Order: sequence, then structure tokens, then C-alpha cells
Amino acid sequence: MPKLITQVGCPYCGSSCDDIEVLVSDDGKKVLEVHNACTIGNNLFHHANDSTRPMLPRKRQPDGSMKEISYDEAVDYTAKTLLAAKKPLIFGFGSTNCEGMSAVGRVAEKAGAVLDNCASICHGPSFLAIFDNGYPSCTLGEVKNRADCVVFWGCNPMHAHPRHTSRYSIFPRGFFTQKGQMQRTIISVDPRVSDTAKLADIHYMLNQGHDYELFDAFRTVLRGHDIPDEVAGIKKEQILQGAEAMKKARFVMIFFGMGCTHTDGRNHNVDIAISLTRDLNTHTKASIMAMRGHYNIAGPGQVWSWQFGFPYCIDLSKGSHAHMNPGETSSVDLAMRDEVDCFVNVGTDAGAHWPIDAVKHVKKHPFITIDPNFCMASEISDLHIPVRIAGVDEGGVVYRMDNVPIQFKAVLKGLTGVPSDEELFDMIYERMCKLTLTEPIWLAALEHRKYPSVVS
Amino acid sequence: MITQRSIEEGAAMEKGKTNPDYFTACSICEMNPEDMKKAGIWKSTNVRVTSECGSVIVKAIEPTQFVPPGLAHIRQGVWANQVVPPRTQSTGVPQYSGFPVTIEPAPNERLKTALELVQGAVGLWKGGN
Repeated sequence: MPKLITQVGCPYCGSSCDDIEVLVSDDGKKVLEVHNACTIGNNLFHHANDSTRPMLPRKRQPDGSMKEISYDEAVDYTAKTLLAAKKPLIFGFGSTNCEGMSAVGRVAEKAGAVLDNCASICHGPSFLAIFDNGYPSCTLGEVKNRADCVVFWGCNPMHAHPRHTSRYSIFPRGFFTQKGQMQRTIISVDPRVSDTAKLADIHYMLNQGHDYELFDAFRTVLRGHDIPDEVAGIKKEQILQGAEAMKKARFVMIFFGMGCTHTDGRNHNVDIAISLTRDLNTHTKASIMAMRGHYNIAGPGQVWSWQFGFPYCIDLSKGSHAHMNPGETSSVDLAMRDEVDCFVNVGTDAGAHWPIDAVKHVKKHPFITIDPNFCMASEISDLHIPVRIAGVDEGGVVYRMDNVPIQFKAVLKGLTGVPSDEELFDMIYERMCKLTLTEPIWLAALEHRKYPSVVS
Repeated sequence: MITQRSIEEGAAMEKGKTNPDYFTACSICEMNPEDMKKAGIWKSTNVRVTSECGSVIVKAIEPTQFVPPGLAHIRQGVWANQVVPPRTQSTGVPQYSGFPVTIEPAPNERLKTALELVQGAVGLWKGGN
């Protein structure tokens, strides 16, 4: 009898929808139906049924082909490669649970590695701005219940976070927003007429890369000063109209995305967005939030800040203390300067999502991929180690884009013999300790860890 | 040029990056129709996109989400990242959006698969040309 599992978390985008229902086969090994998810979440759960999913690590042979090896051999190779490297880079964690992120901290410290996550090529500049200027943010529940003016700046949730608008930001009826969309003023700032811009009451089709000027114009107007007739390709009257809409609102919510952090200005765009939020609070209530891309990409920021004091770009190669300086210790910069001599790609696909020049640089040295599925990175790796899919056949804690932790559950029984990220990293850590004749330091982790209960 | 996410890319990616849907979703360049006319590009024909760090063959289409003249969009993914400059302005983030490119007609050039582009870049491609 198929079983309907309710209140399942979706391991795709930063919205981390936790109202998914999944119908699984009676043996608990196949996803039959997925309810409530967007098309991407639907595909993600069904992809777990793929009969070609790798069940054993694969190592590249001298002739370029890949050959299956045992987990013991793979763990041994990874431990030895990490120990032999002077400055390994461990990057990824877009699709991993917090338990795995915590476990990799021990491996990275032992290896003297640089530990970095996808924020490095995504919302990294937002972190820089938040360090400089603070983060007057709130939870998505508050957005749903209070926000009557929502600004989407450089983000397109209709494509990147498909259920964000219906769960939190445009359509839902909340405690103080009982008329839903009718009660909200939606402002979109995007150089394209994106599908989110089509939903907006006001769309600022600014000149690409001129976000800073437009933010500055809004601040100038809100402080009661005059602005030029046109700023960033937007007419003065339109800017005044938007500023007035924000001032009149009871609660303004600014969501910003890659349109701010991937383009010229980077952290300065986010910096002035935070300043704009602060200025708005002299007129009404206002809050701001980064549109984080992956379901648990806020996780490494939380876990590693607790472990090392920094959210990303953490250089542990000094051995005595953690050091963070994006531009110096960020993955793509390290790769381009050839400063790393081993690359471990975990739960992401650097092969597809890094600029190809940076991929060529890291490929000069041992390249290990830890990922449940075949991807571009796994196909250029020297070693590919499959793990269970966090959120599908492995549960765990994830942090939603508003830094709210959610316990995700496993809906499928994992593939036999395939470990979770946490179990794999614990195995690698133990192997590294054995090789260096040192005692593992588990602290509290030992009592909570599951390994080796699952993997024989 | 900007390279950003689309739902077609996300949905196809979750089926697997060697899936034909991913190829269809990402090996395209959305251009303003006026720009296409000026450059002598017919819609749904192949073009060569060249940036400061490389070039890639993609299929030019009229935008699914309107782009103004002078701006083009390749969905994030393997094809886009062949031309994304790795310069980071000391923040760690490459220039995924807002970099200059030249787009020229290349109707007789062949679109490469994701695997061919990535494995080819690191000398592992064994599939021939």
C-alpha cells in the first residue's frame, strides 16, 4: 500500500517549502507522486527514482575511464589526498544538510583546507555588506502577515523561487494582509521584463548595472532632496511615485537577489539597499532579505559561523586560527591564482556553475566530487563519491532563506550501502586521524553521530 | 550580457545535466529582436557569443522575458559559463552579469553538448568533434 508522507520539506530553492506531500511505494524505495511542489521540486523528487543513480564511488583510470571502487578505497584516497595537499579547497554545500556541514568542519580543520560554500559565487557580497551595515531582516512569516509593499530588486522569484510569491510575498492572505495581492503594492526592479516584473504594480526597467544610482536616488528622495530628471534610465516622476508608495505603506519588504550581487557594484549595491531600509524606517516599518538560492545555503553560514566564526571563505590552512578575506580566500579567486592543490566539490556542480576558466585551473590538481548524482563536476573528477540525497532519502536540519531552521525528513529508504554526507565525512575524518596517528576530536558530535550504524 | 536563472533551467537541471531538456533550456541566447535584425541574425539560428575570456555557440531566440536593445541573456549553466569572466572585484563572485560580449551569426556552427563543453575544456572529451 503506497504511503502518503505529509509536511515534507523541498530540497531545492531558498523558500524551503515544508508543505510538500509525497506518495511513496509500499517498499519505500520509489516516489510515486509529489503534491504541492513546483515543477522543479517535482522533478527533484522524481529524479531520486533514477535507476542509473550511482551506488559506488568511481575512480578515474589512467586511460580516462571511470571504474567503480569500494567506499573504503574512496575514503582512503580522499583522506590521503587531503593530507598530501598543502592547501586543499572544499567547496559547495548548496544541497547538503547542516549535519554534513558540521562534519566537514572537522575534515577541513584536519586537512588545513579552505572551506567555502556556494554563497561565495552567489550572496557572498551580501555577507560583506551585512558585516559593514547590519541586517534589519525578519522572517518570511512576518512578510506574509504584515508586508503591504514588496520590492523585488534584482530577483525573479517566479523563476528562481517559484512558490515564494504564493507562500510568502505576493498572493497569500496574512493576519494584517487579509486581502492578499489586492492589498499589496508590488515593485520590481529588473533590466528585463521578467515574469515577476509582469506581476508588479511598478516596474523599474533600469539600465543594467546601475542599481547603486537608483538606490541612491530613492534615498535622496526619502530624505527630502531633489534628484536629476533621469537616474539609471528611470524618469524622476517614476522614482517619486515608488518612494511615495514605500512611504505610505505600513510595512515595506525589500527582497534582493543576484541582480545586485552578480553585477558591477556587488556588495555596495547591497550595502545601499540596507541603508535604504534604514531610511525607510524613519517613515514606516521596513525590512530586507536576501533571496538565498538553495534550500539550505543559509545553513553553512549558521553552522560554520558557530564553528569557526565566519560564514564562508574560511581559510584553515594556517593551522592556528581561521582566516576569512573574500577576494583572497574565496574559491574562484584561489582557483584563478592557482593557490589550491586539491579540490573537493560537495553537493554542488562547480563544473557547470563556475566560469570555465576557473574550472580549468582547479582541474590541474586532484579533483574529488561528493554528490548523489552524475553532474558536470563528477564527469571531470578523479574520484566521484555518491551519497544519499539530503531532503529525499536523508533527513536533517536546514536553514531557510530567513535563517529559520526546519527539520527535513527522509521520504525514501536510502540506497543500500550509500552513506549520507555526514557519515562519509566522519569516515574520512577517522581515516585521516588513523593516517596521522592522532586521536579524533569529536566534542559533542560523537554522541549524536549515526555512522557507522548504516554503512557496514 | 547577463546570465541568470530560469525555471526551465531549474526544472531540467533536476532531471540531470545530460538530459536533453537541459540542453534545450540552456543552450540559448535571448536577444532583443531589433538587435537580431541589426546583426543579421535569424531567430532560432546559431550564433557565436564571444567575451573577454572565450566564446560559445548558442541558439539565438527572441526573448521569453523581454530584454531591451543592447542586452542579451543566456540562462545560467554550462553554456553561459563558457563566456563568464572569472574576475570578482575582490568579492569572490565572478562577473555573471553585466559583461560585454560580441554576438555574431554562426548558422553553420554546431551546438556542443554540456559534457562536450566541460570535458573538452579540461582535455577529457573522447566523443570526437
